[in-house]
Amino acid sequence: MKTSKIKRREFIKVVGLSGGGLFLASYVPLQDVLAKSGDDPKIFAPSVYLKIDSNGIVTIIVHRSELGQGVKTALPMLVAEELEVDWDKIEIEQADADRKYGSQTTGGSTSIRRSWEPLRIAGATARVMLITAAADKWNVAIENCEAEKGFVINKLNSEKISYGDLVEEASKLPVPEGIKLKDPKDFKIIGKRVHRVDTPDKIYGRAKFGIDVVIPGMYYAAVSRCPSFGGSVKNYDEAKAITLPGLLNVFQISNGVAVVADSTWHAFNGRDALNIQWDLGPNAKINSGDIHNELVKKSKTEGYEFESRGDVSKDIEGEKILEAIYEVPFITHAPMEPMNCVAKYENGKAELWVPTQNPQNDRSEVAKVLGISEDNVTVHVTLMGGGFGRRLISDFAVEAAEISKAIEKPVKLTWTREEDMKFGWYRPPSMHVLNGSIDSEGKAQKFSHHVIAPSIIQMRFSPDLSPDNYDIKEGTVGLEYKIPNMRIAGTTIKTHVPISWLRSVYNTQNPFAIESFIDEMASAAFMDPIEFRLNMLPDDSRLKNVLNVAAEKSGWGVGKILPKGKGRGVALFKGYDSYSAQIHEVTVTGNKVKVDRVVAVIDCGIVVNPDLVEAQMEGAVAFGLSAALKGEITIENGGVKERNFDDYEILTYNEMPEIEIHYIKNTFPVGGVGEVGVGACAPALCNAVFAATGQRIRKLPIKLS
Amino acid sequence: MPKYTLTINQKKQTVDVDTGTPLLWVLRDSLNLTGTKYGCGEGICGSCVVHIDGKAERSCILNVEDVAEHSITTIEGLAENPDHPIFETWIELEVMQCGYCQPGQIMTLAALLEQIPKPSRKEIDDAMNEVLCRCGTYQRIRKAVDKLVGEGK
Repeated sequence: MKTSKIKRREFIKVVGLSGGGLFLASYVPLQDVLAKSGDDPKIFAPSVYLKIDSNGIVTIIVHRSELGQGVKTALPMLVAEELEVDWDKIEIEQADADRKYGSQTTGGSTSIRRSWEPLRIAGATARVMLITAAADKWNVAIENCEAEKGFVINKLNSEKISYGDLVEEASKLPVPEGIKLKDPKDFKIIGKRVHRVDTPDKIYGRAKFGIDVVIPGMYYAAVSRCPSFGGSVKNYDEAKAITLPGLLNVFQISNGVAVVADSTWHAFNGRDALNIQWDLGPNAKINSGDIHNELVKKSKTEGYEFESRGDVSKDIEGEKILEAIYEVPFITHAPMEPMNCVAKYENGKAELWVPTQNPQNDRSEVAKVLGISEDNVTVHVTLMGGGFGRRLISDFAVEAAEISKAIEKPVKLTWTREEDMKFGWYRPPSMHVLNGSIDSEGKAQKFSHHVIAPSIIQMRFSPDLSPDNYDIKEGTVGLEYKIPNMRIAGTTIKTHVPISWLRSVYNTQNPFAIESFIDEMASAAFMDPIEFRLNMLPDDSRLKNVLNVAAEKSGWGVGKILPKGKGRGVALFKGYDSYSAQIHEVTVTGNKVKVDRVVAVIDCGIVVNPDLVEAQMEGAVAFGLSAALKGEITIENGGVKERNFDDYEILTYNEMPEIEIHYIKNTFPVGGVGEVGVGACAPALCNAVFAATGQRIRKLPIKLS
Repeated sequence: MPKYTLTINQKKQTVDVDTGTPLLWVLRDSLNLTGTKYGCGEGICGSCVVHIDGKAERSCILNVEDVAEHSITTIEGLAENPDHPIFETWIELEVMQCGYCQPGQIMTLAALLEQIPKPSRKEIDDAMNEVLCRCGTYQRIRKAVDKLVGEGK
């Protein structure tokens, strides 16, 4: 397996992120996707996702970004399955930004879900054309031919011909439509533990991440930005900076003051030596406490009703009433590779190398800031050290493009870790007012949830967003629990702090509040939390199934009495067309929580690569634990207080619990995976802490008294 | 700028950099040895671990003048033997996700196993706890370490 060099591609038109947020996957009609390239007789390229040359080299083009979730392996598996090629003989290319691929936005756990059909159709269509070309050549019926491992075989006489030898003939054929795809029982590649294609280069230190890109004549840049969000440069003095070695240039860009030097280290030093007077802007007095107060204020209101049934306001005889308020803070993505971008502006054209989850948006935003047509912007997608949603924002690419244009030279912009912490796009804080009641038989009678949080869509794209479309309702509506009286509502608040999507978005918050409160209800009913949930779930529910599997695999109920200081908690999550249950076991010593074991079950329909599913679930649990145990961004004087991994800690090696992942084998349509493991993590953990200590955790990160 | 002659991956290389330049940026910008990663710049995360005379050290907080007399090994040097058991185990157990921190993880482990072929659980934990991974590959790293140590490396 070789990963070949990026090929530049023609630009058609960009689909950016707008109103619908992460879920805006937009698709090119199939006939466009399947349009023949046809200009090179030695290359057969019946779709934008693959090409075969006359040597029989099959190249599969990956149009989504590889952030560690494994799309560079999983997407080609879909094409290869239908194409009938030898997996070890394919090459994989990363696509540049280009609308011809449909949406390239890597977010919302959509890469496999949205590619499941188009990529298999692309492979199957090519296979049928190659078979047709062979049948024509041999003058036999198509039914007498079959494809296997890069060859077409004549079933009548076992004669075989390689795909490479069919390239010219196949290219002349019309692209057929209505191709029948394989029955899942016939899959040879899908469902297998195919090794990641990018491992060797990455562990040998050879792989080029965005930050490793070097192009001829390149300079190095750093940017100083206003410490308070919404502020600006009043004036600056570069006198000291320009005396430093290797410093070339200091100038203002839209986001602050840029420094260009002959190395990253010189650029950092130059940036630190700048004397900048900031106009701290209108938000310079805002602290976390003010935002908390705003949440509290809005929590006293009714909220806009998203969903309701029955009547939560009527009194029920003998009911036991519960009320609780939950709250979570801002958190940040903090991928290991800080933001960076290489940009080259020359003669009205820009070429960028970006570790990005959103190449089409980078392209349009860069074109806009440079005042050139998108046709003149090329965006190459590099490897990247994690993303978790941070790289959906194009700010760092725009800065690099501006700097390159100003000096008319290629430049690599590198952010420091401090800048990554302080100039992020944070997961918004939220508050949740939960009310419920239990009748005398221990059954849930009422459940209401009012979520108060800033809306990402409202703050970033649509100030007039109608309440029906509030993104803050993600994870609050469509609960499967059969509770007769329910009311789900939401209220948005404004914030000056940049907010955006972080792995599983509002599902980092709403399920925490909901599943913790369900646990409170179970406890009030003196019932086992699993039994309490099972009683409220429909029998044919996939959620009920994952809960049963989790109970069994974890040994829930077996040896029920845990030693003092230990506890077990459960939580459920449904989203991204997938279903998940988690059971956490913790030991609490003093005010310290140690997660011992996590059993996580996922039903994501057809599993493309079990190993990747397991890895994503393990990773999502680690991500969820970081947030629940440690994650907190503090707003101080309008900006972010935290600065590095010493005051914004993430989970470490010794804190990682033993995690068991179980997936359900079925043939339901493919569901999302990357974000699914986050939702149930915090509530399962906090419910376990309650079981261990009797302390209910209603505020994250966990701080035990 | 002063010139420093460094011994990197058993080769002598001369670089023209200021006194006080962190080894990390010498490796990355001057020598294009980009396998050593920048993560935090303060010796917290471990993405930049290299070997100095066989010991795991953070290259982001080592100044060039302090390492001139020493033998430096980077991930590229370790990968001159791609059959190193650590690499084989990493591939077999599918340890990495995004891969960015993995050179630091691998260099940390390689130094540990070089010094203590059969480290105790505590020695492993103490060493590996110092390298951060945001993707959450810790469990697989632990399995890989157990396999390497269990099989006598």
